[in-house]
Amino acid sequence: MLVLTRKLNESIQIGDNIEITVLSVQGDQIKLGIKAPKDIEVHRKEVYMSIQETNNEAASILPNILEILKNTSKNFK
Amino acid sequence: MEICTKYHGVIEAEQKDIVHFQNGIPGFLEEKSFIILKLDAASPFYILQSTETTELGFVIMNSFQFFTTYEFDISDNDKGQLKLESEQDVAVYTILNVKDPFEQSTANLKAPIVLNTKNNEAKQIILNDPRYQTKQRLFPEKAVK
Repeated sequence: MLVLTRKLNESIQIGDNIEITVLSVQGDQIKLGIKAPKDIEVHRKEVYMSIQETNNEAASILPNILEILKNTSKNFK
Repeated sequence: MEICTKYHGVIEAEQKDIVHFQNGIPGFLEEKSFIILKLDAASPFYILQSTETTELGFVIMNSFQFFTTYEFDISDNDKGQLKLESEQDVAVYTILNVKDPFEQSTANLKAPIVLNTKNNEAKQIILNDPRYQTKQRLFPEKAVK
């Protein structure tokens, strides 16, 4: 991992078109500004990971899943 | 073409039935091609089945059928990616995490699947709305007496 030190209002440039700026520092909270092309998706890491985890869990096999769903379908409106 | 499915055996599908996830979905970025199969005629549930990986099938349902007040905006960027032109072309599905008993199942309202029914381009989008969780209970937990 590349490690850089930045001060308030300083930036880093990633490639030609991604720029990350330190906008404010208050205690252990750091506010970052991110400029990136629209097709680059930016997510908080923990949110993205929770989506991955939830997808993995949803894809894992529950052998009796069809039975559960069929029993449910009957009274599910 | 023939597709080996997780729950429906081998089925015959047409090219027009294939749903494309241009960028895959989080956790399965290589999986870009799926088909949506109704669990059975009477069921509100569907299986989002990978056309490449037999074992990969998600249980999904129409988001608004169960969560009647569910709402979100689709960003211009996502609209562009899906080439969405009209609201009428949008279908929204939610991935379920099915538990036994079913009452403990959860729905991923944080990351709905948005489908452009006109061109079958789809994407799992991530919402910033704090009202919606990745594991939202379908039924409120019963109070323990």
